[in-house]
Amino acid sequence: MLLEVEHLSTEFATRGGVVRAVDDVSWDVKEGETVALVGESGCGKSVTALSIMRLVAAPAGRITAGRVLFKGRDLLALSEEEMRRVRGREIAMIFQEPMTSLNPVLTIGRQMTEGAEIHLGLAPPASRDRAIELLAMVGIPDPGRRLRQYPHQFSGGMRQRMMIAMALACRPALILADEPTTALDVTIQAQILELMKDLSRRFGVAMVVITHNLGVVARYADRVNVMYAGKVVERGTARKLYRNPRHPYTLGLLRSVPRLDEPRRERLAPIEGQPPDLTRLPAGCAFTPRCAWRVTRCPVDRPALAPVGDGEHLSACWEAVHVGREREAVR
Amino acid sequence: MLGGRARGPRARGRPLSGEPLLEVRNLTKRFPVGGGLFGGAPGVVRAVDGVSFSIARGETLGLVGESGCGKTTTGRCILQLERPTSGSVLFEGRDLTTLDETALRDVRRRIQVIFQDPYSSLNPRMTIGAIVGEPLAVHRIVPEAAARARRVRDLLSRVGLLPQHARRYPHELSGGQRQRVGIARALAMEPALVICDEPVSALDVSIQAQIINLLEDLQAEFGLTYLFIAHDLAVVRHISDRVAVMYLGRIVEITDRKALYDDPLHPYTKALLAAVPIPDPEIEAGRPRIVLGGEVPSPLNPPPGCVFHPRCPIAVDRCRRVIPDLREVKPGHWAACLLA
Repeated sequence: MLLEVEHLSTEFATRGGVVRAVDDVSWDVKEGETVALVGESGCGKSVTALSIMRLVAAPAGRITAGRVLFKGRDLLALSEEEMRRVRGREIAMIFQEPMTSLNPVLTIGRQMTEGAEIHLGLAPPASRDRAIELLAMVGIPDPGRRLRQYPHQFSGGMRQRMMIAMALACRPALILADEPTTALDVTIQAQILELMKDLSRRFGVAMVVITHNLGVVARYADRVNVMYAGKVVERGTARKLYRNPRHPYTLGLLRSVPRLDEPRRERLAPIEGQPPDLTRLPAGCAFTPRCAWRVTRCPVDRPALAPVGDGEHLSACWEAVHVGREREAVR
Repeated sequence: MLGGRARGPRARGRPLSGEPLLEVRNLTKRFPVGGGLFGGAPGVVRAVDGVSFSIARGETLGLVGESGCGKTTTGRCILQLERPTSGSVLFEGRDLTTLDETALRDVRRRIQVIFQDPYSSLNPRMTIGAIVGEPLAVHRIVPEAAARARRVRDLLSRVGLLPQHARRYPHELSGGQRQRVGIARALAMEPALVICDEPVSALDVSIQAQIINLLEDLQAEFGLTYLFIAHDLAVVRHISDRVAVMYLGRIVEITDRKALYDDPLHPYTKALLAAVPIPDPEIEAGRPRIVLGGEVPSPLNPPPGCVFHPRCPIAVDRCRRVIPDLREVKPGHWAACLLA
C-alpha cells in the first residue's frame, strides 16, 4: 500500500465552536491507482488532503488523531525538515486555482527549475532542459519561450498544465489533485483530464482526485470514497459504487444530477434539506435529517463503515442492505 | 425568424403564445481596451457580435457557452446595464436601447435577474425581510408596512423559506437558502422576464436540483419567461425549451432542446456535448472522446472566417475565409457552419 490514512481527525476552532472537519477517517491508495474523494463543500475532502501534506493552517486548525502512512512511514511523526523533503519530491499537490500556488513575480522557468534543483540536485542547464521537456510533455507549445514568461501571461488551462508539469517535475509517487478542473471550461476540463490520466498511466503515478463532480469521478477514478460531514460514508470501486450505491447520500447525489445520456426527466429528484452544520451535528448519522431511509436509531447511533456484499464495498448506514432497492421511502 | 414557434400542449401546462416577449436583434457590444498606462496598443473586444434571438412568453431559452463567450454580457445588454454598441432589444414591444434611465426604471421591474452568487448580491447588513421588502417599498408596489410584511412572508414561503428567516441575515443562511432569497426578491417585482445568470453553478450538487425544481414551479405558477444563462449543458437541457450556443460573441447554434441535444449540427456544440463527463464509469469506459484541442481565441483578435475554425475538427480551407451566417439548416434548427 502506498498511502494509508488511519483514523485521521482534524479540527478547527471557529466562532461557533470546535469543528471536526475530518472525523476519524481511514482510506488508502495503492501504487499507481487513482482514488477519488468526492463530496460537497465542507465535507472534509480538501482538509483531508491538507492534513496528509501537513498544511493545515495552525493555530486554528490541527490534526488531533490518526496516522498517515506513506510507504510505511508516518508522515505525522516526521520533523518539519523531513516533511519538506516529502512535499513536492514524493507527494505533489495540484490545486483548483493555479494562480494561488504560483508566484506572480517569478518567471515560469524559475518556478519550474527550483524543485528539480532542490529535490533532485540538478544543475541549472540540466534543470532547464528538464523544465522544457516537462512543459512539452503537458502540451504547452514553444516551451523554451514560455519559460521566460510570467504566470499572468498564461491562460487558465495553460496554468493548470504548468501545475501538472511542476507536480511531475520530481517524479513523485503520489499526486493529490484538489478540484483540478473545477475552474476550467468544459472543453479545457476534458483536455486536462485526458492529460492527467495519460501521464499517471505512463509514469505509474498514483493519484488522489478530490472533487464534487460525479462525472469527473466516473471518467477517472478506480476507487471512490464518498465523504459527508467529515466522514467517509461509502467506499468502493467506481463501477460498483455507481452501479449499486449503498448509502442514501451517494444514491441521492447520483439521482439528483441531470444526465445527458438519459432521457430528460420531467422533474429532478433533489436531496431535500440543507447541508449539515458542522457545529451542530447529531450524535448519530449526520445525514439523518435529509435521509429517506432513516430509522429510529439513526439520529442517536452512528453507523460504522461496514462491508456490504463483498469486502471491497463499504457503507456507513444502518439500512445499507435496503438502500437502492426500490422500496418505498420510510418517510 | 428565430422565434419560439407555438407548439403542441406542453408538459407542465404552460401555454406558449407565438408572440415573443423579448426579441434581440443584431445585438453587438464592443469594449475598447488598452491604450492606457500599461494597456499596450488600444483595441476593441467584440464581446457580443451580432446576436439575434427571441423568447416567447412562458418559454425558457437556455444560453450556453464557455467563459468569455459573451453570454453574461448579452444578459447585461438586455437589461441595459451595458448599453449595446448597436442592435435592438424589444421587450413587450418597446426597444429598450432607445429608453432613458427614467423610462428604464419601470422596465426593470418587469425584468429581474437571479445571479450566480447570491451572497455577493445580498446586502450583508440587511435582514432577509428587509432585502425582499425593499423593492416593494421603493417601487411602491406594497407601500403599507404591515401589508408589506405579509407579502414578504408569502414570498419567503413560496420559495421554501420559513417566516422566521425574515429576521435573519444573509450570512446565517446556507448557499441554497440565500439563492432562495435572491429568487424571492426577484419574484417580489412580479416580473415577466427573469434572467437567470448561472443560478445554480455556485451551489452544492445536492442543492442544485432543489433550486431548479423551484424555478420550474414558479414558472408554471406565475407564467414566467426565463433566459437561463449557464455553462452546465445537462442542467440547461433539463430546464430549457430552446437552447442557443454561444462561441466568441456569436450564436453558433439555436434550436429546440430536443434537436440540439439529439442532433447537434455545429461542431462546437458536438464537442461541448462530448466533453461533459457522464456520471457512470461503465459508460465513460466505452465512450469515444472528441477532445477539442487548443483554447478559445482572444475576442480582441478573433480569427478570420469562422471564429471556431482554429479548433474545429472538420474545418476546410473555406472556413478560414468565409464568416458563416446563422442559417436555418433544418426547419427551426439554425447553425452557423458552412459544413452543416
